[in-house]
Amino acid sequence: MAFQVPVATSRSSTGIPTSRLAVWWVLASEIVIFGGLLMSYLLFRLLHTSWGYEAAHTNPYAGGFNTFVLLTSSLFVVLAHQAAEVGDTKRSFRYIWYTIAGGGVFMLVKAYEYTSEIMHGYTMLKSVFWSFYYTATGLHGFHVLCGMVIMGIIAQDVKKGKNLHRVEAIGIYWHFVDVVWIFLFPLLYIAK
Amino acid sequence: MSEAHTHHEMSFWEKYVFSTDHKIIGFQYMFTGLFMALIGGFFVYVFRMQLAFPGIDVPGFGHVSELAYNSLVTNHGTIMIFWFAMPVLIAAFGNFLIPLMIGADDMVFPRINRLSYQIFLLSALVLIASFFVPNGGFGGSWTAYPPLSAEAQYNATPLGAPMWVIAVGLEFVAFLLGGINFITTLMNARAPGMKMYDIPIVLWMIVIASILFMCSVGPLLAGAIMLLFDQLIGTGFYNPAHGGDPLLWQHLFWFFGHPEVYVVLLPAMGIVAEIMAVFARKKLFGYKTILYSVFATGILSFVVWAHHQFIAGIDPRMANLFTVTTLIISVPIAELCFVYIATLYGASITFSTPMLWALAFMAEFLIGGVTGIFLGASGLDVYYHDTYFVVAHFHYTFVPIAIIGFYAGITYWFPKMFGRMLNEYWGKVHFWGTIIPFNFIFIPLFILGAAGQHRRISGYVHFPDLYTQDLQNLRIIATVSLIAMLAFQVVFIVNMVYSWFRGKKAEINPWKANTLEWTVPSPPPHGNFAEFPTVYRGPYEYSHPDREVDYWPQNEPGPDPAKSRK
Amino acid sequence: MSEAAEHHDDHSPGRYVKIWVILLVLLAVSIIGPTLGIKWLTLITAFGIALVKAGMVCAYFMHLNIELKYIWYLLLATLLLLLVLFTGFAPDVMKPSGQRWVSTYVEPTEEEIAVHHPEEGNEGDRIEAAPH
Repeated sequence: MAFQVPVATSRSSTGIPTSRLAVWWVLASEIVIFGGLLMSYLLFRLLHTSWGYEAAHTNPYAGGFNTFVLLTSSLFVVLAHQAAEVGDTKRSFRYIWYTIAGGGVFMLVKAYEYTSEIMHGYTMLKSVFWSFYYTATGLHGFHVLCGMVIMGIIAQDVKKGKNLHRVEAIGIYWHFVDVVWIFLFPLLYIAK
Repeated sequence: MSEAHTHHEMSFWEKYVFSTDHKIIGFQYMFTGLFMALIGGFFVYVFRMQLAFPGIDVPGFGHVSELAYNSLVTNHGTIMIFWFAMPVLIAAFGNFLIPLMIGADDMVFPRINRLSYQIFLLSALVLIASFFVPNGGFGGSWTAYPPLSAEAQYNATPLGAPMWVIAVGLEFVAFLLGGINFITTLMNARAPGMKMYDIPIVLWMIVIASILFMCSVGPLLAGAIMLLFDQLIGTGFYNPAHGGDPLLWQHLFWFFGHPEVYVVLLPAMGIVAEIMAVFARKKLFGYKTILYSVFATGILSFVVWAHHQFIAGIDPRMANLFTVTTLIISVPIAELCFVYIATLYGASITFSTPMLWALAFMAEFLIGGVTGIFLGASGLDVYYHDTYFVVAHFHYTFVPIAIIGFYAGITYWFPKMFGRMLNEYWGKVHFWGTIIPFNFIFIPLFILGAAGQHRRISGYVHFPDLYTQDLQNLRIIATVSLIAMLAFQVVFIVNMVYSWFRGKKAEINPWKANTLEWTVPSPPPHGNFAEFPTVYRGPYEYSHPDREVDYWPQNEPGPDPAKSRK
Repeated sequence: MSEAAEHHDDHSPGRYVKIWVILLVLLAVSIIGPTLGIKWLTLITAFGIALVKAGMVCAYFMHLNIELKYIWYLLLATLLLLLVLFTGFAPDVMKPSGQRWVSTYVEPTEEEIAVHHPEEGNEGDRIEAAPH
């Protein structure tokens, strides 16, 4: 069935393109989702002195490497947006796939971390710290995965030169996922 | 522009099931919501029968066990809030009205809109499915406090409880998607000329409600994931023995739960504002005052949540603080009520069915609001908490919001939605048949609550102080009135179905209203506007002295009286 | 934000790479920070730098520096909401005991937390088995 984009979508009373405006509202709602989880974590973290010892068993080097990976993928997606803006669809397509690859590396490192932690007995049930650790990083990882899938779809459009404005929208989302990790990293890995 | 749309031949499935048209999606939300309301209504009939006539075989259900009673009460609350009030007031009216009232052809993201409904439908199906699993639906009350909700050994519904959490979570996701669509549509897709203060109040209300929902639901979504892990995996987020805290859930729940009250209240207030201006034939009094009061309400609604937890062992200093904020929030709400009444002052009011509903909303909601003051004071709440006084109080707010607000809206916009007029006579019969029994249900409950009747008991046979003849008579009055009220809903259903097919054909603008939805054919075609309108003035220019007719459509070229007056 | 205003139109790839390099330097500092073992310094290098990094990503990569101002306000308002949430929850959730109750939860020591020998079968133990 032929779907026609309504006229409403192309209007812009605020001056911000509709897709970007929507992404900002998505981020506002995501901030409170992650925020609610992290605030709950922080309350317990400040209450329970023992959680510092628990946090010592995370792997800050893997976490740090993942921060590096996400920062780099953020660079790629902003370059993809820049390329899309000047109409260089080929370069944009390439950078989007670099970003997806970055997300893939992130997930692999995360999988390695999970595996080694579970092998060493630090499962979700060991203590509430670990429950939070797996819930928060899992929710974040879910967002990384979603971002990768959406980017794959957008990359196909970009290749055909369609819907180039979506590169910016997914870029903003991806940066947000990066920012969440920037806070997860010290909260879960560094602060001991 | 809509030629290409209208002449495209669509199959039944394309047109009514997988449609991206905002009107169809609005109807889908509305009919799903009404269907769920029937289930919620059936549940309340069953457990009210058990309370009035303990131990009888309820016709149509049978014996009500304690487990079944818990499940019925829990799901009655859940359904009426999440699967009736929200889809009907926000999603149905929001979807139907927003593009029409701002002069657009659709939502800005029609396919996300469709996805939102599909997720909502899925959530409803999960909830309904949970009634049929072993041990039945979740029975830990709609607030789902742990440890009752977290551990199957307490709630006795090992499958129903997680399914309930999943259903509620999906419903939240659906409304997040829908809400973001509403907000961006109103912000970006307005007709040329429609400035901030030219937007009809009902749209402001729906969108502010969506923003409130969006900002408050996040922490609860995170909390729901944690609860689900507690239930399914056995983590200890809410288990004090493992370093968790059950109060965390209560805080997360009410941090959402209290703004949620305003999420459903505001659209109803918006609907009432539209109707009052039209049938009073007067300019809505204090447009900006209404708007700023709503902003104040929205902001304050985030700092009152703990008044639900006064006896939960929260810090008494915080209880003081929350008492103060709770009493403060009644100021902007009272302001709204006064402003609405000022619109009516000196007006030549037409008592049509929608106007009756709107006036009833004001009257009944006031009772709900005033009794809230008692409960907001932490000292009095120690006595009243978890009694039927609370039940009567919030039903005096939610019934006007959800049921009266819905009937006000549907009777007012029915001609636009379905292209036919509703029958006025039977509309009024239905109105009185609903309002009178409604008061006879809940005034007895106030008395029972003040007498100390606790909420969460499936029968009072074992409580000699509460099982007196006088109190039992009050319970019977409430139950009989409930059955009368439910029976009168049949009048509405018959009236609606009959009018839909056989009613008088509606004109384009039967109420002589100003807003843009009354400038398109009834029912509006796909694409809504043959020619996109331009807006010249605010929506409430009724009985303007310079005009021969007493209304002044927003899209009629001419001066803007709001400007020329200055 | 005056600096942002100057670079208003600079969307060249080189500039993004420059910001990326600064972010990586900050990341390195935040990883090295805790190894020094000074608690207040760790807090600054961990959370102070996280704030700076997040601010930079928001401003330059998400282009909030050239976005309409009220998007900032919108995002900051949600953060403010989280502050309200935290202060409202803290007196209750962070209370280890009250007038009529004490928590039965006992903080495990550092020794108890470490899982030394996974072979012993600590793996997959439920919380109930954890020492209290």
